[in-house]
Amino acid sequence: MSSTTNHVGKAPSRVEGPAKVTGAAKYSAEFNVPDLVYGYVVSSPIAKGKILKIHADKVLAIPGVLQVFSHENVPGLAWFDKSYKDDVAPGGSPFRPLHDDEVKFSMQPVALVVADTFELARYAASILDIEYKESTHETDIEAKRDDGHEPGKGKTGYKPPVRRGNANKGLAKAEQHIKQEYIHGAQHHNPMELFGATVHYHPNGKLTIYDKTQGVYNCQQYVTKVFGLSKEQARVVNLYMGGGFGAGLRPQYELFLSVLAALELKRSVRLSLTRQQMFSFGHRPHTLQTVEMGTGPDGALLGLKHSALHETSRFEEYTENVVNWSGMLYKCPDVHLNYQVAALDVYTPLDMRAPGAATGSFALEVAMDEMAYAAGLDPLEFRRRNYAEEDQNENKPFSSKKLREAYDEGARRFGWDKRPMAPRATKEGNMLVGWGVAGGVWDASMQKAAAKATITADGKLTVSSAAGENGTGTYTIMTQIAAETLGLPMEAVTFKLGDTTLPEAPVQGGSWTAASVGSAVKSTCEALGEKLLKLAQKLGDSPLKGAKFEDVEFVNGQIRLRQDHDQAVVLRDVLQTSGEREIEADSSAMPNPLTMQKYSMHSHNVVFVEVKVDEELGTVHVSRVLNVVAAGRILNQKTARSQVLGSIVWGISMALMEETVMDHRFGRYMNHNYAEYHVPVNADIRDIEVVFVEEEDPHVNPLGVKGIGEVGLLGVAAAITNAVYHATGKRVRQLPIYLDKLL
Amino acid sequence: MNPFTLTRAESVDAAVRDFSGHDSSAYIGGGTNLLDLMKENVARPTHLVGLNKLPLTSIETTAEGGLRLGATATNADTAWHPDVQARYPLLSQAILAGASPQLRNMATNGGNLMQRTRCYYFYDLATPCNKREPGSGCSAIGGYNRIHAILGASEQCIATHPSDMCVALAALEAVVHVRGNGGERRIKFEDFHRLPGDAPEQDNTLKAGELIVALELPKKGFEKNFSYLKLRDRTSYAFALVSVAAALELDGTTIRDARLALGGVAHKPWRSPAAEDLLKGQPATEATFRKAAEASVEGAVGQGANDFKIELARRAIVRALKQAAAGGKATNVFNNSNP
Repeated sequence: MSSTTNHVGKAPSRVEGPAKVTGAAKYSAEFNVPDLVYGYVVSSPIAKGKILKIHADKVLAIPGVLQVFSHENVPGLAWFDKSYKDDVAPGGSPFRPLHDDEVKFSMQPVALVVADTFELARYAASILDIEYKESTHETDIEAKRDDGHEPGKGKTGYKPPVRRGNANKGLAKAEQHIKQEYIHGAQHHNPMELFGATVHYHPNGKLTIYDKTQGVYNCQQYVTKVFGLSKEQARVVNLYMGGGFGAGLRPQYELFLSVLAALELKRSVRLSLTRQQMFSFGHRPHTLQTVEMGTGPDGALLGLKHSALHETSRFEEYTENVVNWSGMLYKCPDVHLNYQVAALDVYTPLDMRAPGAATGSFALEVAMDEMAYAAGLDPLEFRRRNYAEEDQNENKPFSSKKLREAYDEGARRFGWDKRPMAPRATKEGNMLVGWGVAGGVWDASMQKAAAKATITADGKLTVSSAAGENGTGTYTIMTQIAAETLGLPMEAVTFKLGDTTLPEAPVQGGSWTAASVGSAVKSTCEALGEKLLKLAQKLGDSPLKGAKFEDVEFVNGQIRLRQDHDQAVVLRDVLQTSGEREIEADSSAMPNPLTMQKYSMHSHNVVFVEVKVDEELGTVHVSRVLNVVAAGRILNQKTARSQVLGSIVWGISMALMEETVMDHRFGRYMNHNYAEYHVPVNADIRDIEVVFVEEEDPHVNPLGVKGIGEVGLLGVAAAITNAVYHATGKRVRQLPIYLDKLL
Repeated sequence: MNPFTLTRAESVDAAVRDFSGHDSSAYIGGGTNLLDLMKENVARPTHLVGLNKLPLTSIETTAEGGLRLGATATNADTAWHPDVQARYPLLSQAILAGASPQLRNMATNGGNLMQRTRCYYFYDLATPCNKREPGSGCSAIGGYNRIHAILGASEQCIATHPSDMCVALAALEAVVHVRGNGGERRIKFEDFHRLPGDAPEQDNTLKAGELIVALELPKKGFEKNFSYLKLRDRTSYAFALVSVAAALELDGTTIRDARLALGGVAHKPWRSPAAEDLLKGQPATEATFRKAAEASVEGAVGQGANDFKIELARRAIVRALKQAAAGGKATNVFNNSNP
């Protein structure tokens, strides 16, 4: 009998789909607990200065207004910076809401009004009179071109810029040479769901905190340290998320403010930020980059320099890996990478989908296109000639790398061989048609994660780990892994996540959830399997007597010998005769340090794009995108494809629309709403296609997965930029490619 | 948003009376702009007069052979109305180029005329704005002004009117019927919206408490040769950087009558009689269109980030006129440049 319980690698629909489309799935600001009161945040209109006075009397006199929290009345909280540091905080001194009279960035939360109703809190906030004394601010990275510095230790995962050989010497030998500057402005994550929290204040003083976050443990740790609570007093829950993209990696200020209000008022509190306030915290930083490269007679890269400068805040030193990808995506002996940050009066930037790589690979991959043209080579052929067989940054082999296969598959499907080399060669009516290619590389990471599994006498399995579900498919893939490991149908398995009463998992980021939590789930289900085998062997005439765990497999609701499928017992019989009501196991998984030492573990992709440009009017349409991804084993074809489709849309957005524009006179982002901060609508998206190339990786982790949350974004904006050049002969080096850049 | 009272008026007279019976009233139709303005504390009415029960939803042919559009008919119902589609396809196209289906289902015809600018500074209380707070200054001048005016601006204000529908109404020379305490009066469309001058807080020439009851389209609909071309930063649900309503009446290849109105470039839909005169009686050729385009942007001034609009407007006018001459076949759904 063939197996009906092989789920991994198939394409089951999201297990939480019905809950989401029927509204049964509750998001953080939707939990209705008794006697709720509502908070509304007051944001600073100035970018820098002091709060002189908060005139709260008039507001407090309104019936139904409960309190106005500000630095003037916030009780003594944790003193040291380290209490405010979360798991993914960069170096420096984290921003403390309502801490003192200092205004450090525009739209800083300066007060919280709490009232009986949301409407009343909002009104009261609108008439709260606050006196400020403004001081001179600096917010423009352009003015800091000569004032950047190489960051210190950076945050977890930061790698200092690579230097090897002598790039100047390499470049001096080059026959062709390019050097260009690439720029993009600030971008905000803009998930659909607003940051919000509902804090349930229980009669015994304990809190259940429903918060929008990508890491419930990270938030629990923050709350307990800042407010001096025990873990039992602060349970943090996040069951669903309407998009995170990194915005929810760090505890946002709605968490601090809602917990503060709940503890002070001894009431349950709900707080939701406004769309405008979603532009008041972390963002992809405004970044200036320069790439210089040169090639020899055969198109080989002889030298490469890539430097980047971006903003950080005055209080934290945000870092991301912008330039190092340029040392590993292509083979080059002489590389000099340079990375600097400059402090400004803005909020600290924050990891945003493929942080650093989205920025760095944009510059690198447009430069590669420019270099290919300077060398007279087809841009894909140029990449093939400089294919990196090993990771030169780390001097290690790749655990697996099927980028060449991705090139082949993509070129074949896209019809790349029909592409004329010359720009402006193809016209359809008013439209110039262009094709572009670009790609990227991203870390295949893994973090420590734990899980617990319980099976009951009726054969129902519950597996849990405090992972996150920000729309990526965590519920579904974990259900697949658990069900397959114990030979059950998916319907027999429930996966629970996003709750600090469950075993610890890392924040949902870095594309590591599938590998980390997936491995923990697998290992935990195997531990449970071992217990089940022992029970099976206790059955009177068990055909499995004497079998070791390695000798058996769990398939179709049975435990059977691998070598002789007829020697089997039905799992349900085992459970029902065992006399146990339920059987439980827990386990964890962590990266193997030896493998990490030995191999460079990365996912890769290549993106082919067709654009149509109306040259007279400057409008660009992305008519076709093909994204070919090599990311190890794909656990769920449907949710994985969906993630990469989302990445393509994101990349189109980055290329053509997204930019948070600051008016430096006010130090304030001005297009801070959905009407003026543009992301694509359906009409902007045409033919988009995702292909995964087969990539078996025995080293990366027990599941062989690399994660696909981020890699799909890489190359999209660069491929569009390159396609626009191919269509028009105009090279745009500053995103977004608004129509006026092509007039 | 401040607390407010709401009444739902059953008749136009009751609505007008109710409005003047309160200190700080506003009429509300679909609320697609007013609610945003109230949430941002830009508008702070304490009393709303709801219009959705008024018997003003009909779309009917007039005795003169024109079409009367009720003020509370929705933008969606108007755009898809068979008479509008057949006789005034320019108007239908312009309405459908604006907002999103959801918004058009809520937005009313009268409300469309009353929508306020999308100037970033107007919406942000942290920055000075003469339109929001007269005398406080104009932050858009010298600031981020990608979406701002190149024509008819003043030193007090460089905001633009955001409507698409109004650009077509201007080209079609609609008449606005309004009712106030003093009775009913008619306002020519070109006199309805105003330039900012020294009083940018006034978007239009309505008197206090006056209510739009209908829009009247004259008989001539330019149903054969028209184009509404809208250029923007994404393909839907974005305000125009530049839009053009072009309507031609052709006698063979000679232009007998012409209308040209621009959106996204001024405090009101911008018409240039000089440009229209350059079209009338001339052959429908690119050379003619270029002359008209040049005349349309006569006196245009960029503010920095919107300098490109001057050239973009020229090109858009030529393209729209070409499309109109070709029979208005092109749709505006993909920026008129459907790949």
